Amino acid sequence: MADEALFLLLHNEMVAGLYRAAEQGEGENGRCTTKLESMGFRVGQGLIERFTKDTARFKDELDIMKFICKDFWTTVFKKQIDNLRTNHQGIYVLQDNKFRLLTQMSAGKQYLEHAPKYLAFTCGLIRGGLSNLGIKSIVTAEVSSMPACKYFSTYSIT
Amino acid sequence: MSRPPGRKQENYKISRELFVLTYGALVAQLCKDYEKDEDVNTCLDRMGYGIGIRLIDDFLAHSAVKKCRSYSETADMIAQVAFKMYLGVTPSVSCSSAAGNEFSLILDKNPLVDFVEELPAERASLCYCNLLCGVIRGALEMVHLAAEVTFLQDRLKGDAVTEIGITFLRKAEDRKHKRN
Repeated sequence: MADEALFLLLHNEMVAGLYRAAEQGEGENGRCTTKLESMGFRVGQGLIERFTKDTARFKDELDIMKFICKDFWTTVFKKQIDNLRTNHQGIYVLQDNKFRLLTQMSAGKQYLEHAPKYLAFTCGLIRGGLSNLGIKSIVTAEVSSMPACKYFSTYSIT
Repeated sequence: MSRPPGRKQENYKISRELFVLTYGALVAQLCKDYEKDEDVNTCLDRMGYGIGIRLIDDFLAHSAVKKCRSYSETADMIAQVAFKMYLGVTPSVSCSSAAGNEFSLILDKNPLVDFVEELPAERASLCYCNLLCGVIRGALEMVHLAAEVTFLQDRLKGDAVTEIGITFLRKAEDRKHKRN
């Protein structure tokens, strides 16, 4: 579908634009990641609201995570999460072996140091989605070999 | 759990909403970073340019259109094929100069502003959709057509419709010479 290209390109331009501005300005790398993550958070909140308008109520955390891994990921990235693991104590690991936003960058270890920039938005997306489903969490990501990546979602028990 | 029949349609809409929401978040972030509206507009235009120079490849690959032989064909192509493919709307094209190199695309419905009610008071001269101008400019440049693209009217600023003006910068005669 033609829409994919638009979002992919916009995302890449966003990352490039923010980092370019940071270089010319104060040169603080950390702030860019925070900005991207907060953008993703806002988008995730809005998106999950519209997405779950007609779905049934979720039974528990695991149900919500499965929804994120299947329906949400399929709609946003056209594929499901390949592997979901949990320790049943609030930590979930979502593994995507062919993450859409990284497939065009490299297949292996090349440009590995640049990969985290492209994961920040999605971390925010997941965190925003969970937040509007009633779950406060912290989402981080890790890449060891492109284009596979893992998202770690830690629920705070409140 | 049986799926309602319109599921594919909904998924398609959600994909488009993802783009619109992301764009909104981007503009909001840029407004926080830059104080002046002109800076935000320039930034959006530059990002749009970066997207346009790459989007043209995707467009040509998906649409398999033939080479356009005149500026008006190009403008029609942008309105009827490209806009339809990426944003799902078809603006109407009108030629606004005797020389045949100035066109305007009139959008009744602009999907990028679906979730925007109005511009905040302190951002009165913000061109919210300036990305589109950059995209069109970048895409045209990659097919060797220099053009200036600006917003002539904007619904968010109180005008009746949203109008994008495309001015091709080379005379039609030059193009004919190049082909020979």
